[in-house]
Amino acid sequence: MRKREIALIFPPTVKEMAAIEILGLEKTYKIGFWRKRPKRALLPLDLTVEDGEIFGFLGPNGAGKTTTLKLLMGLVFPTAGSARILGREWTDPSVKAQIGFLPEQPYFYDYLTAHELLEYYGQLSGVPAKQRTQRVDQVLHQVGLRDVQGLQLRKFSKGMLQRVGIGQAILHDPKLVFFDEPMSGLDPMGRREVRDLMEELKHQGKTVFFSTHILSDAEALCDRVAIIHKGELRGVGAVEDLTSSVQGKVEIVWQGTLVPAAIKAIGAECHVTGDRVRIIVEENQQDAVIDILRRERQRLIAVIPVRTSLEAYFVEKLRRAETTAGKTA
Amino acid sequence: MRARIAHIASNTFREAVRDRVLYNLIAFVLLLSGAAILVGQISIEIEKLVVINLGLTAVSLFGVVIAIFIGIGLVSKEIEKRTLYTVLSRPVQRWEFIIGKFFGLAGTLVVNAFFMAIGVFGALFYVSHKFVRADALILVALYFIVLEFLIICSLSLLFSSFSSPLLSAVFAFSLFVIGSFAEDLRNFAGMAHGLSRWLAMGAAYLVPNFSAFNVISSIAHEQPVAGQLVLHNTLYALFYAAMALSGAVLIFERRDLK
Amino acid sequence: MKHRTKISLIAGACLVLSLAASSLVLHRTDLLRPQATLDEVLFLNSPKLIKRASLGYDGLMACIYWTRAVQYFGSQYHHNTPNYNLLAPLLEITTHLDPHLTVAYDFGSSFLASRQYGAGEPERAIALMNYGIQNNPDDWRLYYDLGFIYYMELTDYKGAADAFDRGSRVPNAHPFVKILAAQMAQHAGEYQTARMLWSATYQTTKDKQIKENALEHLRALRVDEDVTHLQEAVTHFGERTGRLPASMTELIGSMGLPKVPVDPDGHPYKLTPEGRIEVRQPDDFSFATQGLPPGYKPIPKFHSQP
Repeated sequence: MRKREIALIFPPTVKEMAAIEILGLEKTYKIGFWRKRPKRALLPLDLTVEDGEIFGFLGPNGAGKTTTLKLLMGLVFPTAGSARILGREWTDPSVKAQIGFLPEQPYFYDYLTAHELLEYYGQLSGVPAKQRTQRVDQVLHQVGLRDVQGLQLRKFSKGMLQRVGIGQAILHDPKLVFFDEPMSGLDPMGRREVRDLMEELKHQGKTVFFSTHILSDAEALCDRVAIIHKGELRGVGAVEDLTSSVQGKVEIVWQGTLVPAAIKAIGAECHVTGDRVRIIVEENQQDAVIDILRRERQRLIAVIPVRTSLEAYFVEKLRRAETTAGKTA
Repeated sequence: MRARIAHIASNTFREAVRDRVLYNLIAFVLLLSGAAILVGQISIEIEKLVVINLGLTAVSLFGVVIAIFIGIGLVSKEIEKRTLYTVLSRPVQRWEFIIGKFFGLAGTLVVNAFFMAIGVFGALFYVSHKFVRADALILVALYFIVLEFLIICSLSLLFSSFSSPLLSAVFAFSLFVIGSFAEDLRNFAGMAHGLSRWLAMGAAYLVPNFSAFNVISSIAHEQPVAGQLVLHNTLYALFYAAMALSGAVLIFERRDLK
Repeated sequence: MKHRTKISLIAGACLVLSLAASSLVLHRTDLLRPQATLDEVLFLNSPKLIKRASLGYDGLMACIYWTRAVQYFGSQYHHNTPNYNLLAPLLEITTHLDPHLTVAYDFGSSFLASRQYGAGEPERAIALMNYGIQNNPDDWRLYYDLGFIYYMELTDYKGAADAFDRGSRVPNAHPFVKILAAQMAQHAGEYQTARMLWSATYQTTKDKQIKENALEHLRALRVDEDVTHLQEAVTHFGERTGRLPASMTELIGSMGLPKVPVDPDGHPYKLTPEGRIEVRQPDDFSFATQGLPPGYKPIPKFHSQP
């Protein structure tokens, strides 16, 4: 029996239950006037998101991130495959009460105020009236919109709309939240706030699944990431693992302006800034360089492992995909 | 389930009101007052006739236009602007959304018609200086007009469940026009043979039939309206709207919201 | 700021000027095409087509076409050579849109049939009345209108009597319809009968033009009657004395009248040297057939008070 079938017949125990399990989810659009031309928005995707983690779904624009989210939300119907959310079939209506969704560049009813909007969404989510008022107030405070709660949404700036969007996503205290490009259009302050909020959600024990093309955010926040490009999954893993799987380098700093000949011979780049010299070498060259410095009686200041950024990993993956595609084309 | 529909309906109503849809009433009142004053100078014998005809025709036309444009705006705009995504990510079923929208829109139109009715009675009082019992017939005509609105609303929702706002408006308006010719279509079908007969018959029963709903001219002449007609029109409107809404739900349930 | 003010001023001036200019041009264009305007209105000539095009709002369209008919007629009678070609189609469209618009039939009866002061299409007018009766069998007024046409325009007294008779049987018919039916039978050609008809129309209509028209005819009838009477007296005088009366005074003396009879405007009739009785102001009595100078053709003119 295949793994998927086993998973369905013997559902995992509560402790092991993944927050999201995507099983071969696929979407092909038929476009063109007679709907003949197929457009593969998402190739069969297998992905698991663990409970209580912040998971980043990365990829350039048009990679299939939003499509995946929409499939999970039930806004779009898959060509094939299925998914389990919080242990239940993703089409199960009871799932919706436990999840929150912030779409990309959200837009809300122009003529409602923030307060009214959250009240409305609370009603739709089935939050009981007594709890609702309290909760709305709480959330407004949490997203920093309490002062403008009486203002009509059409007067809101983009950043404010984003915050309202987050508010409606967490209003009913869901176990799992989905954010599509939550930082888009925000200024650095706003981005910081959203990041803090996501951390807070994690602290509350919630699972956060968000898509973005801004890698630095993912690097700062995520426990694990997946990279998707042109509808296909290119890589999955913990941020630490991914960034350190790329060849690690080390930065070595010593006092003075002298670069010993032996070090020059290694051929690494040296930077002299003021009273310090910096050099970046491969990890395996680290000991050799430190020996040289000791021999030459240079004063060692720091040895810092350099992590290749997620960006580099990302670009690397994409380029490899392009060349593979080029080869097979 | 019922609660959610009610919430969607009341939110729709609120949105329409704040969108200043009801401001159309101002234009309506101005039109009617101007006409009422003018009419008195044209032909003494038929001022009442003109006011009733003009007033009710205006209620009907204004209402149909609003029914089409708001009805279409409701679903298309929500999809375009993605307000729909956050609504549907909640435990709200797609069909609840459609039905809730329908009731919200219907409610808006009924309120709109109510205020317009006051305007018509006001203009009538201005030209006749009194009310007679036959004037109660105006309420019947208004009731039929409201039934027409319900049908148009349901069609607007049907079209916006799959079509762009512009096309939906064109389709809905076309059906309104065809609906006034529906009787002719049925007569034509009666006279035709073979395939064209079946096609014409099918079309004639599929399009909304508005002929029976327009009693404006007869009540302007104070001719009574049969109770049977009221019953039949009510049933037709309910069934037709149910048909269009079912279609809307069928389409909407299956649609990819890109 | 200065630049923006300048632009605003220019744009504002442009707006006012172009508004004035466009209004002016429109006015001139209207003068160019007075007839064309109405011809366009009747571009859709078929009543059935117009009814279809009304999308069920027949009542309002009927009111609109009725208004057009009235204004058309009103504007035409100011012309030296009025042309009422479009009256029949306008009334036919109006009544097709709203078969119960009684006043349209009334108007047709007054102005569509008459060759003298109307469109001169009695057959079409009769057809219109019959259409009205078909759709409103209980409206006594339509039978009256039909009878009116038979009497006035076709001098078909039997037809008139028949119509009035049918009308008198309708519930809530005005009493004079029955009286007119009887009158037709015995005294068809008399002034009295004509006066009864015009009086009936004058008293029961609320339409301004119909009322004025009826009034003019009543005035004319009065003149005709008076002049005929006086002219007879002149003839008698001649038979008795073998000469014409020397003056009006002599004439009325022979008739035993206290003073000179006056026309409806209060002016005394005059006696010409040739022995003809004439009114002083023929222009004021458009429909009079007696008492006019030889070869005189009056222009229809309407007065508002009796």
